[in-house]
Amino acid sequence: MKLTGAQILCESMLREGVDVIFGLPGGAILPLYQTLPQYPALRHILMRHEQGAAHAADGYARVTGRPGVAWATSGPGATNLVTGIATAQMDSVPMVAVTGQVARAAIGSDAFQETDITGITLPITKHNYLVMSAADIGRVVKEAFHIASTGRPGPVLIDIPKDVFTEKADFDYPDSLDLPGYKPTLDGHPSQVKKAAKLINEAKRPVILAGHGIILSGAYEELRDLAEKAQIPVITTLLGISCFPEDHVLCVGMPGMHGMAYASWAIEEADLVIALGMRFDDRIIGKPSAFAANSKKIHIDIDPSEIGKNVKVDVPIVGDLKRVLRMLNKHVDAAVHVEWLGRVEELKRQHPSHLVRETDKLIPQCVIKEISEATNGEAIIVTGVGQHQMWAAQHYVFKEPRSFVSSGGSGAMGYEVPGALGAQVGRPDKVVWSVAGDGGFQMTMSEVATMVENRIPVKFAIINNGFLGMVRQWQEAFYQRRYVATSYTRNPDFAKLGDAFGCLGLKVTDKSQVRGAIQRAMAYDGPAIVDFIVEQEENVYPFIPSGQTIHDMIEEPRPHRQESRR
Amino acid sequence: MTTDSALPKHTITALVEDRPGVLNRVVSMFRRRGFNIASLAVGQSEVAGLSRMTFVVEGDDTTVEQVTKHMHKLIDVIKVSDISNANTVERELALIRVSANAQTRNEIMQIVGIFRANVVDVAPDSVVVEVTGDQDKVESLQNLLKPFGVVEVMRTGTIAMNRGMATGARTDEARPRRPSATPSSRATWTDRSGG
Repeated sequence: MKLTGAQILCESMLREGVDVIFGLPGGAILPLYQTLPQYPALRHILMRHEQGAAHAADGYARVTGRPGVAWATSGPGATNLVTGIATAQMDSVPMVAVTGQVARAAIGSDAFQETDITGITLPITKHNYLVMSAADIGRVVKEAFHIASTGRPGPVLIDIPKDVFTEKADFDYPDSLDLPGYKPTLDGHPSQVKKAAKLINEAKRPVILAGHGIILSGAYEELRDLAEKAQIPVITTLLGISCFPEDHVLCVGMPGMHGMAYASWAIEEADLVIALGMRFDDRIIGKPSAFAANSKKIHIDIDPSEIGKNVKVDVPIVGDLKRVLRMLNKHVDAAVHVEWLGRVEELKRQHPSHLVRETDKLIPQCVIKEISEATNGEAIIVTGVGQHQMWAAQHYVFKEPRSFVSSGGSGAMGYEVPGALGAQVGRPDKVVWSVAGDGGFQMTMSEVATMVENRIPVKFAIINNGFLGMVRQWQEAFYQRRYVATSYTRNPDFAKLGDAFGCLGLKVTDKSQVRGAIQRAMAYDGPAIVDFIVEQEENVYPFIPSGQTIHDMIEEPRPHRQESRR
Repeated sequence: MTTDSALPKHTITALVEDRPGVLNRVVSMFRRRGFNIASLAVGQSEVAGLSRMTFVVEGDDTTVEQVTKHMHKLIDVIKVSDISNANTVERELALIRVSANAQTRNEIMQIVGIFRANVVDVAPDSVVVEVTGDQDKVESLQNLLKPFGVVEVMRTGTIAMNRGMATGARTDEARPRRPSATPSSRATWTDRSGG
């Protein structure tokens, strides 16, 4: 039976298990949209901006583990996806983006709304396609979903000219793939695994440095088995957060530029770093030559190009973490490491970065702690980028996998609104809090309208300091408090804006109101915006300046510190 | 592209899908990761639908390892081989236009003959020389022709292939040696190839 290209695309999406599409139509993609009513199983959420569509698809993917899907038209529609695609690429998030293109005959003629989107997205996608025949659509969609979701996941873009959507072709969804150039290595090399086990068994002061790969591979159990069997403290990268329960006795938290000081010190004092599904990002390692200089290193990752990229390692293993850890755990001996775990506890007491200082003022860290308590650590927390993101990473006690959603590698401000939208669509059963900055929120806040329209009940905690806070902090630290272009002196009233959008809007100016406002927002049946007017010049501590070492760490000034456990 | 770098040169070959944009994908990866390409040659392979690329890249071992790994990551790249340390045959072709008049033409022809190169075009004031060989040979000839006035140079970039495994025999060495070189060319050119 012959179908149109648009029908073939929808049929193929259904076969790949797609249930929701985030998109925004336009001329070149119109034939596809006009076909959509024939496929009621494909739920389409009409976004306000294509950046929102890409970030929402990303948020959806991060909480479900399934590829998120974004649709946009040619030209500006496609270019608006770019920030979201780059974000997914940097953070290894599975995504399939479909863009309309001008008709085949017009390609290359600078036609209306023509942009070379496959050229533009070449360096920020795992792969991309320009489909020049309706007969190819089925194969391309199958390949795209396979490439996006296997190996090291990432975004794949499919660009389809308008007249390919209307062209008719036989539809026969392929059963198999023919990708001779794409065969991810899944099983670790047995002798390397044995070498790694030997290092672990000999180590006196081992630490695990667990990254996003644990979540992408679903290797939570395997990680836990390894940590518990050999009694190894678990440190998580920013994107590794929630891969290991933070109320677990072996959890040490996040290291690095704004990580817990004791986590960074534990790495510094370790004799073995077991790096799992992480890429030695500069925010973690600071100065590469000084990072964990006294330790041997095991690096397990599915992407061979990450091995030896930033840090030299002693035992590299390429493979899928779930499989490799299963194999590794068999060779790892049970151990206790009493002395070492005692030392890590001592480091926690000496450098208690997880504590929030006692004050009557409304400080951002308090807001995060209150949300953590109100949700029992079981909500999904989506953040933007900057100070609020670091405070959320530091002070929320995450208990469930895939519950921390944040733009890590690309650091895309504005992620917090559409990212949370996608997360809530993916997990309608969960409470989703978007911890937002006043800067980032205003980049993408139009998507609150999308939430109201589609009954997507995200709760917003705007950490409103009237500044691009992280940039301000750098200006304070490195530019003698010269605040150039970082102050928003006249922000809108976000609570009233909530009213205008048709959701609940609350303003909190005093510490005593925090808990009540959080409860009211959670009790409200729909999206809610809570505007927390916090201390303006609060800094994120600890702070290891860019490219420096743990010895250059600036910790929170001590006199404020009170001894109260979280 | 820089050719006069102090970094060691490595030869990498890649078998790739013969599809629109593949060259762009590979070259774009080099560019965005800051890898330097000294030369690049592309052509059809022995398999229909697959092309073979030969890169000469500059960098230390770590850099070259990253280059090959990142090339592997490209979906359209099927196989990557770093054949820098292997026993290989390397060739490139160059066309060199040299100023020539009645007085100099003979001397140029002599040098061309020594290099087993050919004069493929003669004009009243210039000749075009075609030379095939490894990079050293091409560069040596170019240097020797410089005093006559090199007007234009066009080089294809190196292509390379592993030698046969069984004997390791180098058939080009088995052939009669070229006529004894002039002292000046011997000084600058240690030929391992015949061409």
